[in-house]
Amino acid sequence: MLKTLENTALAFTGIVCMALLWALLSATVAPDLPSPLKTWEESKLYILHPWDKRGEMDQGILRMAAYSLFRVAKGFFLAVLIGTPLGFLLGASPLFHKMFDPTIQVLRPISPLAWLPLGLILFRQSEPAALFTIALCSMWPTVINTMQGVRSIPQDYLNVAKVLRLSPWKRFTKVWLPATLPFMFSGYRLSLGLAWLVIVAAEMLTGTPGVGGFLWQEYNSLIYSHILLCILTIGVVGFALDRLMGMAEARLRAA
Amino acid sequence: MISERPLEITSLTKVFETPEGKHVAVKDFHVRIRPGEFVSLHGHSGCGKSTVLSIVAGLQSATFGGVVIDGREITAPGLERGVVFQSPCLLPWFNAIDNVILAARQAHPELPSAQHRAAAMRYLSLVGVGEFARSMPAELSQGTQQRVAIARALSLEPRFLLLDEPFGMLDSMTRFELQDLVLELWERDRKTVILVTHDIDEAIYLSDRIVLMTDGPEARVGLDLAIDLPRPRERRMAMEDPEYFRLRGEVIRFLEHSGNQFAKEAA
Repeated sequence: MLKTLENTALAFTGIVCMALLWALLSATVAPDLPSPLKTWEESKLYILHPWDKRGEMDQGILRMAAYSLFRVAKGFFLAVLIGTPLGFLLGASPLFHKMFDPTIQVLRPISPLAWLPLGLILFRQSEPAALFTIALCSMWPTVINTMQGVRSIPQDYLNVAKVLRLSPWKRFTKVWLPATLPFMFSGYRLSLGLAWLVIVAAEMLTGTPGVGGFLWQEYNSLIYSHILLCILTIGVVGFALDRLMGMAEARLRAA
Repeated sequence: MISERPLEITSLTKVFETPEGKHVAVKDFHVRIRPGEFVSLHGHSGCGKSTVLSIVAGLQSATFGGVVIDGREITAPGLERGVVFQSPCLLPWFNAIDNVILAARQAHPELPSAQHRAAAMRYLSLVGVGEFARSMPAELSQGTQQRVAIARALSLEPRFLLLDEPFGMLDSMTRFELQDLVLELWERDRKTVILVTHDIDEAIYLSDRIVLMTDGPEARVGLDLAIDLPRPRERRMAMEDPEYFRLRGEVIRFLEHSGNQFAKEAA
């Protein structure tokens, strides 16, 4: 208990230090950087009325974050939907693995900024293009972790499945799936983090309402304090998402 | 009568491909096992006895020769062969009874699941761990887990029990208890048992016959030793019975001659 208190105090001190450094930088070498106080003054409308909608691109920060989160959820869902079976196939079939692993290793490091134009060409609309990009970029940790999970199922369990002559379906539900679940979840956690990372780029380029879109619009309107507001929001939401997934993962491991 | 046909291991040869070339682990291994017989496979560690059992279980395939049951060659695992591995190999995400139910359902897929549960409970009680039915494997001791694994194998209602050093990881008290359990189960319904073990006393105490394997590579049958000790057996025998001493001596003499030499002399 005392330890938690101490840790919280230390984390808080760290935040204060960063804010001081920020204030110092804006006061000295970076005059274009709004100070913490100025950022607050210009952003408080968005923070204190987080759910207001004053215009298409002029909405409370929570509402903006919700748009982004909803978009991320869709993209992430798509990534999981495609990535999990793909990971299973790669892990289960050496043939499949030899065939597609090199391709995947090549596709994996491609930046969202590279996929997005392709998505725009393919779908001719910004929303599906954004989802396409999020799914494509965030899928890989799910694919690779699931694959690793399948490949590291202990031979003992596979032998049991064979000796009991379990049907392929039972083998999957009673042995493979439960054995792979913790790996899958680690993959999901990483994928969600990536999806959130990609959202900003996707919204910036497509100009859709959301924290990323808002950030880009305020950059174009030269309201720099709102950029900082967006950056902080992105960080806090990303942190919260990771914590939530972490808790789900821990619960899964305990079960 | 079909069930009177023996289990036959004929010219069984297993070659492993290794980076250093071919490794002939077992060569021309030949054993014929009568229904209801309790046979132990014994030999120095690494002699390939587990390989033989795993081929009988259908988990590995023979390079040449093979295993014939009821006049048919084995190519895959079958429900007529229940296997107990060295480690209990319970699925850790299911509790004890669910692990057993998994097997019980395979034996009688046509029955409703209440009956599978009842059967699983019956086998758990039979091996003395009914009270742990709802415990997760991780909460159970090695010995208890192995009992559950035996219950799982039994609930397939197999004609053959294949035991691959099932007591190897247990402390000696627990080992004795489980040996007695296996003996008791065998006396009950006389399933055909093949036991792989590296424990001489275990082999003599339990078996009708010990098949001693020569050292690998190219391990084969070095000595086929009938154990004609009266049944039911008692552990006391090991201290008093001169016949027991003679058999034990013979096994040790074989092992000391490092298997291969002995076989050559005998040939």
